[in-house]
Amino acid sequence: MNKPIRVVSVFCLVLFMALLVNATYLMYVRADSLSDDPRNNRIITAAYSRERGAILVGKEAIARSVPSDDQYKFQRTYSQPLKYAPITGYFSRFTQTGVERSQNAVLSGDDSRLFVTRLVDMLSNTDPKGGNVQLTVDAAAQDAAWAGLDALPGDAQGAVVALEPTTGRVLAMVSTPTFDPNNFASHDFEAVGELGEQLNADPREPLINRGIGTTLPPGSTFKLVTAAAAIESGNYDAESMVPGGFRFQLPQSETTIGNYDGGNCGGRRITMTQALQVSCNVTFLSLANELGTEAMAEQAEAFGFNSTSLEDLGGQAESLYPRDMDAPQTAMSGIGQSSVTATPLQMAMVAAAIANDGDVMRPYVVDEVRAPNLSVLDRTDPQSISKAISSSTADELTEMMVATVASGTATPAQIPGMDVAGKTGTAQSSGDRPPYAWFVSFAPADDPQVAVAVLVQSSDTSPDEIGGGRLGGPIAKSVMEAVIGQ
Amino acid sequence: MSQTGSLMGFVHRRRRGAELFLLVLALMVGIGAYAAVGLGVEGVVPADLVGYGGWLTALIVAAHVTVRLVAPYADPVLLPLVAALNGLGLAVLRRLDLTYEAKGFDQHTFARQQLTWMTLGVLLFIGALFLLRDHRSLQRFTYTSGLAGIVLLLLPFLPVIGTPINGANIWIRVAGFSFQPGEVAKVLLVVAFSGYLVLHRDALALAGRRVVFVDLPRGRDLGPILAMFGVSMMILVAQNDLGSSLLFFGLFLVMLYVATERPGWLVVGAVLFAAGAFAAYTFVGNVQNRFNFWLRPMDYYDASPGSGQLVEAMFGMGWGGLIGRGFGNGLPERVPFAYSDFIVSTIGEELGLTAVMAIILCYGLIVERALRIALISRDGFGKLLAVGLGAIFALQVFVVIGGVTGLIPLTGLTTPFLSYGGSSLVANWVVVALLLRVSDQARRPAPRLEPVDDSSADSESTQVVKLR
Repeated sequence: MNKPIRVVSVFCLVLFMALLVNATYLMYVRADSLSDDPRNNRIITAAYSRERGAILVGKEAIARSVPSDDQYKFQRTYSQPLKYAPITGYFSRFTQTGVERSQNAVLSGDDSRLFVTRLVDMLSNTDPKGGNVQLTVDAAAQDAAWAGLDALPGDAQGAVVALEPTTGRVLAMVSTPTFDPNNFASHDFEAVGELGEQLNADPREPLINRGIGTTLPPGSTFKLVTAAAAIESGNYDAESMVPGGFRFQLPQSETTIGNYDGGNCGGRRITMTQALQVSCNVTFLSLANELGTEAMAEQAEAFGFNSTSLEDLGGQAESLYPRDMDAPQTAMSGIGQSSVTATPLQMAMVAAAIANDGDVMRPYVVDEVRAPNLSVLDRTDPQSISKAISSSTADELTEMMVATVASGTATPAQIPGMDVAGKTGTAQSSGDRPPYAWFVSFAPADDPQVAVAVLVQSSDTSPDEIGGGRLGGPIAKSVMEAVIGQ
Repeated sequence: MSQTGSLMGFVHRRRRGAELFLLVLALMVGIGAYAAVGLGVEGVVPADLVGYGGWLTALIVAAHVTVRLVAPYADPVLLPLVAALNGLGLAVLRRLDLTYEAKGFDQHTFARQQLTWMTLGVLLFIGALFLLRDHRSLQRFTYTSGLAGIVLLLLPFLPVIGTPINGANIWIRVAGFSFQPGEVAKVLLVVAFSGYLVLHRDALALAGRRVVFVDLPRGRDLGPILAMFGVSMMILVAQNDLGSSLLFFGLFLVMLYVATERPGWLVVGAVLFAAGAFAAYTFVGNVQNRFNFWLRPMDYYDASPGSGQLVEAMFGMGWGGLIGRGFGNGLPERVPFAYSDFIVSTIGEELGLTAVMAIILCYGLIVERALRIALISRDGFGKLLAVGLGAIFALQVFVVIGGVTGLIPLTGLTTPFLSYGGSSLVANWVVVALLLRVSDQARRPAPRLEPVDDSSADSESTQVVKLR
């Protein structure tokens, strides 16, 4: 009987091997997909039962977990919910956004950089805690940006992004209308679900971080890119005489485009500085027409168009400079119209690159990752993405922008006793809605510490009073003052 | 000594010291796990650790001493494996008790009751080893135990004592105790099969005709297999118990194959079982459901009846991952019947894949030892008995762990030594006693054949042997 016993042995071996392989498949290979199942209550309970790390601005925790006395051990709370919602995002039963999502591994304590901490927790049998995330945001700048947008009449849609030009640190990022992440952190999951549906259906799009998620025609602020391309071509400098006048006739077309106020920019031939000062459409239409799509696109991409660069926050939209535009469209792109679109972050990057001798720095929001005991685990190093323009071009553009603030369209951004560089923009959209107001600037011009982009998408201001300078200038000014005043 | 003498003279070592060493390790698993449960769930070492550990140690030492006294040549690995599994099971039940207590469920004394059952099991283990000095004496009870087995299987159908629990008619209730007679029946049936087959193996093996490369048994020899098939189907349909049905039929097939050495039986059996299973799938809604839940568990998560239990178990095991959440950090109470059929999911969730692999390997080793005993056993009855008992373990573990981890459709069976359940635990301790008894016989030095010391020159050609 020994032969069949050996056969049975082999059969049993196969059975047990199948069990081992299947257990490995279930508990190792499939583990992640099982954990991602939205019905998996364990993951949620675990997330709510562990002390999630804090998100810090300066020394203040703008998001932290406090003990809760209901079925879960902790409650996530946001101390300044509306102001910081675009950055923190929310942490809910169903998903996370913003830093809560991008840094989820650290905050929840699952990150490999927290391995030692976890090991110590395990051995000492204490409940594991999440790590903390220190943001690059400057509280004063964020306050100023928020106050500026919040003070606009009505339920204004807008965004402010401020960068540190030399590093790419995001000093402020505000978007209105916004939402209260505290409501998403509620343990009443049904209410959270309804809130999510309601906010998603809201036509004012409160869940969108307009600083990075909304692309709109950048209008005249894009003239900085056109001017940069012109100077980089080697044929122009700040004092070069460029076409002015009343109207520009688009190539291959009967259509003519005039200036914003219908004037003649101060003459048929003006200096480039003067053209930027008065934001002369004719000049930049003709410059873009002369440079062509290829040169314009290359310059735009050098500043970061047609790609995304912010890795710390989800939802960044690509700012576009399409390469397949025909001649009239290319000319129109010179004044930030046609198919060109940009996010406030992108325009802040353009200003910051000019301020930083032409170096485009990768924008980032997460400064440091810390263990629960606040020891630093990781620090983000500033990283240069590209050299958009030469440093001499940057100097010339800076001079032109300083002139624009000193005695041009951007005078609302003047700061006493300091040179400020800036550029306004008032972008046309479809005829039945008011134009978008843009403002980009940096200061001090000789030692830039902050670059700002302001976008006011819509507000209750009457259309004829909308102008980048009038709406965006004061906000940009207060943000710059908040940073420099320290 | 001649060459023949040294070959025949191979003597298995007793290895009782090795058994003792392994038992100490097994006790460390049981008592250590119990302490870890207290630390993990309540944050303190349980106050009754000394009493509990002492009790467990006393039981194991008693079993060990019994083996030393009455089965000194018995396999040294089986008892430690069983002790480790039982100890771990007790700790996991204790962990579930604490959770159920905290959540306000009314039953929370599984561990204490299981310890009582284990005590009874060990006492029966000791009793069986003392009373049964030679397993061959069981052969006399071939038909008695067969009859008793069938009667036990039928008991749940009796009107007063039969109690359907959770949809399966496999329980009886007497004087407040509920009991699964099938657990005892399976041991009795192994004894009956062994006795029957060892007598009739030649008829079953040799008679028959050849049909297209396969030797098929004679029609009249098909009687027992058809009877067993009928019993299995009855269990499946009438008792709504797919697991036991599979277990009994598979057990009988394996034993038939080993006894007759004819793969033809396997073909006949497999065809019969496939037909029966298909019929059951077609006509029994419960079976159909389980099949669907197995194929697409995620689709029936919210259905009723649905696969919620299985999916929760999978979520738990996936969450446990490689090394588990640790005692007290999982949510095993989300899985209904975590203390019985689904105890493996609790272990997977809190102790991880590592522990699941360890227990599968422990079961694998138990089966391996049983089959090894069958191989070295010198009598046909002992071989069949050991194969049958080993096959019960192998099939039961495969069916239940395979079901819980989603390898095969889920059927209700207990995990030997781990799951809460008195009938199962007591029966399994007796099974271990039987295996040890057979192995003691098998490993005991054989009556030596020795040439008579004869100095004459032609001793080589005219040997006289005597039985010493």
